[in-house]
Amino acid sequence: MARITFLEAIYQAQAEELERDPAVFMMGEDIRCNVFGTTTGFVERFGEERIRDTPISENGFIGAAGGAAMVGMRPIVDATLSSFLYPAMDQICSIIAKSRYIYGGQARLPLVIRSCMFYGNSNAAQHSDRPYPMFMNMPGLKIIAPSDAADMKGLLKAAIRDDDPVMCFEDGTCWMNKAEVPDDPDFVVPIGKGDIKREGTDITVIAIAGGVNVALKAAKQLQGEGISVEVIDPRTLVPLDRELILKSVRKTGRAICVDPANRTCSAASEIAATIVEEAFDALRSPVVRITTPDTHLPFSPHIEKPLYPSVERIVDAARRLVGAVQYQSA
Amino acid sequence: MTAIGDNDRRLEKYRRMQRIRQFETKAETIHAAGEIPGALHTYAGMEASGVGACMALRDDDYMVGTHRSHGHPIAKGSTLRPLMAELLGKATGVCKGKGGSMHLSDFSMGSLGETSIVGSGGPVAAGAALGAKLQGLDRVALCFFGDGASSEGAIHEGMNLAAVWKLPAIFVCENNRFGMSTPTSSAVAGANVADRAHGYGIPGVIVDGQDVDAVEDAVREAVDRARAGKGPTLIETKTYRYSDHAVNMGRDLTPRGPEHEEWVGRDPIALYRARLVSDGVAEADLAAIENAIADEVADALSFARESAYPTFEEAFDHVFVERLPIPADVAAHANLGA
Ligand SMILES: Cc1ncc(C[n+]2csc(CCOP(=O)(O)OP(=O)(O)O)c2C)c(N)n1
Repeated sequence: MARITFLEAIYQAQAEELERDPAVFMMGEDIRCNVFGTTTGFVERFGEERIRDTPISENGFIGAAGGAAMVGMRPIVDATLSSFLYPAMDQICSIIAKSRYIYGGQARLPLVIRSCMFYGNSNAAQHSDRPYPMFMNMPGLKIIAPSDAADMKGLLKAAIRDDDPVMCFEDGTCWMNKAEVPDDPDFVVPIGKGDIKREGTDITVIAIAGGVNVALKAAKQLQGEGISVEVIDPRTLVPLDRELILKSVRKTGRAICVDPANRTCSAASEIAATIVEEAFDALRSPVVRITTPDTHLPFSPHIEKPLYPSVERIVDAARRLVGAVQYQSA
Repeated sequence: MTAIGDNDRRLEKYRRMQRIRQFETKAETIHAAGEIPGALHTYAGMEASGVGACMALRDDDYMVGTHRSHGHPIAKGSTLRPLMAELLGKATGVCKGKGGSMHLSDFSMGSLGETSIVGSGGPVAAGAALGAKLQGLDRVALCFFGDGASSEGAIHEGMNLAAVWKLPAIFVCENNRFGMSTPTSSAVAGANVADRAHGYGIPGVIVDGQDVDAVEDAVREAVDRARAGKGPTLIETKTYRYSDHAVNMGRDLTPRGPEHEEWVGRDPIALYRARLVSDGVAEADLAAIENAIADEVADALSFARESAYPTFEEAFDHVFVERLPIPADVAAHANLGA
């Protein structure tokens, strides 16, 4: 065990898997110079053949990862920022997500597409996206969105070992957060299993990626007001650990979904719908979504920051839900 | 790899071209009769392009194709039964009834997909070539695409990647003079798609797509170059598609000019037959090949007809390596309908 950052966790996961399996290799723009610190010393250690700088050509090299995976390699593509996935929608959606299905199981695509969600720091609309819900709507892609360093390392290692394509969304607001992370090279966090980040009895808050840390802060504050919050981190969005979420909601009877993505068709929307469909009888109040509104992200920090889920918005919603119950029972 | 002697190799080319033509003629007939669901894009007129290119490949080389997917697998050596079964949507189909006419892709013959998103095979071929290189294998990856597809960014990204990394890839543009209804001349800037190779610093080769030997020679040179680590080649086969974009649509899309008769007069199969005969191959031997293939096609069709449809559960297979859970309400109604 060592206390490391989220970024260090990414570095360790990749280094260990590159070490373990010669079929693993990396591609991306400017990864040799190591823009974010997740590939430090990789060229020296693994060579230029396995650590490849690509042309600025997202559709090309993400698709090439698909081709390489089809012939037995296990590529990790570093697509830098999640906004750069859009030029590669063709290859991600038409080739990577669908080839196994459309060819009746003849193809296997063990690859990982990593990208950072780099929001909340005045980079304006084209560089501030959290696009995982779009990919949740496309069958054939597994999606992980961890919130702490231990999950980041364990899930990324699981993703690299997985035989299906996995998209890894790395929340930039978590980059510098530290956690105790096992150094066992076989430490993996299973894809598809959520985690209870904090136990509680009054309200379940299901939070995605960086939203988890906001939710934990809100839970702490609400504790002081006598409201006990359970915080669930699904960690994997596809497949989603519905059972863990439903079990918690059946216990607390109330649910808030915290999601940094835009509201319409967000992960929160899917989770809220699932709760209403499957645990309606247990609900004591409406299911609430705390998301980013359906607008683009402005440059000016003054108006950008208030758009994302905040401690205040979660606390308000929690008070409302609990109050609503007291009102009904009065 | 099957060893083919020189004379046999020539007969094999003839056999594969005949197989494509007869397979599709049958498919077109039963499609018109409603036995094949969906659209049917035929390859008639282009057989020399696919067969010439694939005959320059080894069995273990990779190939990525297009929505016009019947010719490529047959050219690469696939057998007809699973292909015909796929056209009928049967479980014994090469894609288990999940792909259909636009996606006849036989991975056992090195295929990595016949993709119907125009141009999307380019990066896949570059990636397969990269995989072969990283694995130290001397396999090559060949990408078929159309003149219409040559304007898609994906093709260019694939070629650029293959060129900068000197990957063992071959890009074969099958220029059949139209993309859907649009003549190449009004969609592709410049006289030839092959000229674009200069932009990538790789050879650009133009070849008569009606001459199976010429195509084979051009592709073989590119394959040798690729195996020697010298990188990709762009080859443009000048060819022609006889049918409309898709057949039995009830409406003609593709405007045909006076050159139509000229192209039909240079049918690649007839041209090759005449060449074989003038080289001394007995007409009876060629007729025997034609008859044998007619039997193969008939056998493939009976096989396809007798095969079962996929079970409903299979709709949930192959999204991931593990089958997806089937929603109870969907399953209940599917069973009612079955
Ligand atoms: C990305 C994309 N855009 C449009 C289409 C519709 N479409 C299918 S085939 C075709 C024409 C393709 O022309 P070409 O590449 O020359 O191949 P050909 O059909 O002539 O063999 C078009 C536009 C498509 N399948 N994919």
